[in-house]
Amino acid sequence: MIASSFEYFAPTSVDEALALLSEHGDDAKILAGGHSLIPAMKLRLAEPAVLIDIQRVEGLKGVSESDGTLVIGALTTHHELESSNLVNQKVPILAQTAGEIGDVQVRNKGTIGGSLSHADPAADWPATILALDADLKIVGSGGERVIKATDFFEELYTTALEADEILTEVHVAVPAENTTGSYLKLHQVASGFALTGVAVVLTKSGDICENIAVGITGVSDVPYRASEVESALAGRALTADNIAAAAEKAADGVDILEDIHASEAYRSNLAKVYTRRAIEGAAS
Amino acid sequence: MNKSRKQINTTINGEDYTHEVEPRLLLVHYLREVAGLTGTHVGCETSLCGACTAIVDGQAVKTCTMLAVQADGAEITTIEGLAQDGELHPIQEGFWERHGLQCGFCTPGMIVAAHQLLERNPNPSEDEIRHGLEGNFCRCTGYQHIVDAVQYAAEKMQG
Ligand SMILES: Cc1cc2nc3c(=O)[nH]c(=O)nc-3n(C[C@H](O)[C@H](O)[C@H](O)COP(=O)(O)OP(=O)(O)OC[C@H]3O[C@@H](n4cnc5c(N)ncnc54)[C@H](O)[C@@H]3O)c2cc1C
Ligand code: FES
Ligand code: FES
Repeated sequence: MIASSFEYFAPTSVDEALALLSEHGDDAKILAGGHSLIPAMKLRLAEPAVLIDIQRVEGLKGVSESDGTLVIGALTTHHELESSNLVNQKVPILAQTAGEIGDVQVRNKGTIGGSLSHADPAADWPATILALDADLKIVGSGGERVIKATDFFEELYTTALEADEILTEVHVAVPAENTTGSYLKLHQVASGFALTGVAVVLTKSGDICENIAVGITGVSDVPYRASEVESALAGRALTADNIAAAAEKAADGVDILEDIHASEAYRSNLAKVYTRRAIEGAAS
Repeated sequence: MNKSRKQINTTINGEDYTHEVEPRLLLVHYLREVAGLTGTHVGCETSLCGACTAIVDGQAVKTCTMLAVQADGAEITTIEGLAQDGELHPIQEGFWERHGLQCGFCTPGMIVAAHQLLERNPNPSEDEIRHGLEGNFCRCTGYQHIVDAVQYAAEKMQG
């Protein structure tokens, strides 16, 4: 369980990191918390010749609020998000999601930016980031761009990030007072990853669902917004029947994963059941 | 200095260490084989069992999933650093008094993880203890005595 040899750099600024990325191109990989990359390197599933450790880069850590938006640095750990007062007050579903990831030691090291960039199909963050309609700030040698979470996940382990780009921030608009959220996950017992994870962000007016966003992970190669569920419930009363009928559409039009952990039929059923329960959780 | 090797400076259990290491050296191997501190164990080597847990800059981490070079400049506490002046740490004492171990292989990691747990939550419920030690596996005890040991320590540490 020893990784192949590599050269190691620990830049302290984004510019320095970008310069190293441009210089080493496809041979290089960014190292954040290392809790996806190092296991892959130990198994020699990844053999980068150069590692660019961004842990020491200034300004990529922590959460702040500015103009009604939470700005989350890419290097903010799962634990920091789980325990931050600001996050718990303003967007509790973020803290709830963080608390569902791995175990204490994993949450102490793993970062939100690393998880999103890695795009494991069973990772938790993608569901919640999609449901919150987050924006992702990316910098590269060509400058800076902001991309919607809904445009970020492209294929299995593949995102809109180019090889010379770094994800620097996640921007989440603080939802209105009458908005609630819920993240519900079935843990795969051995790995702890999501066999299914459903994030619901719901805005109510009385008993009526004004607006709903549903993000689902673990079910398909790529995390997705369950738009059929959303349109079936938006504008309707949040009755048990309406919620159940909408949740039935959770896997509609989706290419469902099948592996040793769960068949296609089981995963599709999980998506429906967990969607119903997550909506009920957010509505209650 | 060989281009591919890196010098790292750490403080482990209050003592300063400086070594030149290959970047691919895992922190757990650094602790055991370079610094000579074999209390931190290697169990699964796949980030799951927690036997390799140590505290790095205040955070309990699985040192088999961290490179030694990532710990450059860090303050590290391993199981060897918990007892003070020949007196067991209250968590160690709890494991002794409440039979929190059988073979003892998981124990260093378990105690270090319990240390993080009690630092964040000095008076945990049984559920909170089990949740806080989720990253640590024990193949012997069935966990009940480990929970008892942590409760013993929590009481003792609150005086
Ligand atoms: C035992 C264990 C259990 C786990 N359980 C879960 C779980 O239940 N749910 C879950 O969601 N995850 C789980 N994880 C994964 C964990 O959350 C990782 O921390 C996370 O997936 C990756 O974050 P990282 O900071 O460790 O990234 P790294 O491992 O450092 O990097 C991952 C990838 O992203 C790239 N990268 C990292 N940061 C950036 C950036 N800012 N810009 C561009 N590219 C970047 C790297 O080049 C690499 O390819 C688990 C991991 C372990 C070891
Ligand atoms: S040896 Fe590190 S987690 Fe098992
Ligand atoms: S005491 Fe033997 S593994 Fe825990």
